[in-house]
Amino acid sequence: MALKDSLRTAWQTFSRPAAYFSLGFLTLGGFLAGVMFWGGFNTILEATNKEAFCISCHEMQSNPYEEMKQTIHFTNRSGVRATCPDCHVPHNWTDKIARKMQASKEVWGHIFGSIDTREKFVEMRRTLAEHEWARLKANNSLECRNCHSAESMDITKQGARAAQAHERYLFSGQMTCIDCHKGIAHRLPDMTGVAHWQPTEASGQQ
Amino acid sequence: MRVILAALAALPAVVMGVTGALAVDAPRLVGPDPFNTEAPAPPIAPDLTDDRRKTRNYPEQPPVIPHNIRDYQIDKNFNRCLSCHSRKYTEQSQAPMISISHYQDRDGNMLGGLAPRRYFCTACHVPQTTANPLVENTFRDLDAITTPPGGGR
Repeated sequence: MALKDSLRTAWQTFSRPAAYFSLGFLTLGGFLAGVMFWGGFNTILEATNKEAFCISCHEMQSNPYEEMKQTIHFTNRSGVRATCPDCHVPHNWTDKIARKMQASKEVWGHIFGSIDTREKFVEMRRTLAEHEWARLKANNSLECRNCHSAESMDITKQGARAAQAHERYLFSGQMTCIDCHKGIAHRLPDMTGVAHWQPTEASGQQ
Repeated sequence: MRVILAALAALPAVVMGVTGALAVDAPRLVGPDPFNTEAPAPPIAPDLTDDRRKTRNYPEQPPVIPHNIRDYQIDKNFNRCLSCHSRKYTEQSQAPMISISHYQDRDGNMLGGLAPRRYFCTACHVPQTTANPLVENTFRDLDAITTPPGGGR
């Protein structure tokens, strides 16, 4: 009799839809899917945040990247170098996502070839530069400060001119890095009318 | 006749002997001796960046640049040197002002701004390195060999 009862119970268990398994599968499956999607999302996010990705478009490869190679942020005595995202993408997650969303405009630009020749790039240089100046001005040169901190800056090790300028403008909070250090990693556009910067003032050029 | 021919034949040897002797006296400016051996490259001398003005070697020498000018942009868009050395900005930067001669065209007419022919600063003004001269320079300034009227100051 006991055998018959236990068989029936077993049969009923197997023949009825499971009340707990579905919940278990949902939870476990959701967890696994979460790992996959979130992990995949972050992997792709990181992949698009590498220099190799930036210069996979020829616009970036042959203009800003080539120009940067000459500068101290690419080649210097210590061999530490900045890559594109170090300066152009915020490191903080929320800001990074916001910047990535803005960058969809750049995908548009690439598809429709808004700077696909050197001439077009040079033509747009002032506009493009102004976007970056505005961004760095708004976040108090955060991307500069990710490496260069005013607290760790020993101005006694600097040249007299640099020490004086940093003491007067940087430490007092009067100005931020980008106000003076424009064009440090790329060539400058025509600077006519830029605040704190001077036009070339050569005669015949205004 | 034969004597003359012999003298002519000997002439190249004499000339070569003389030039050979001169070559020994002259300092070597290029390469190792013999020339086809390979010498290790000398280290690249670091720039002088002490911000201290140097005496000019002669009155019209373009003053040398005592600071780093790496990545200084001088093109039609921008002239980095002018952002401190231009007449307008020397008060703020305390940098030496570019000479008034740079505001004249080549006929001596005063211009409203920097003369285009003076625009490319590094055509004349250059930074210095700590490299030692290859050859000793015996140049003496005019002041060292004359006393100009009034005693010279």
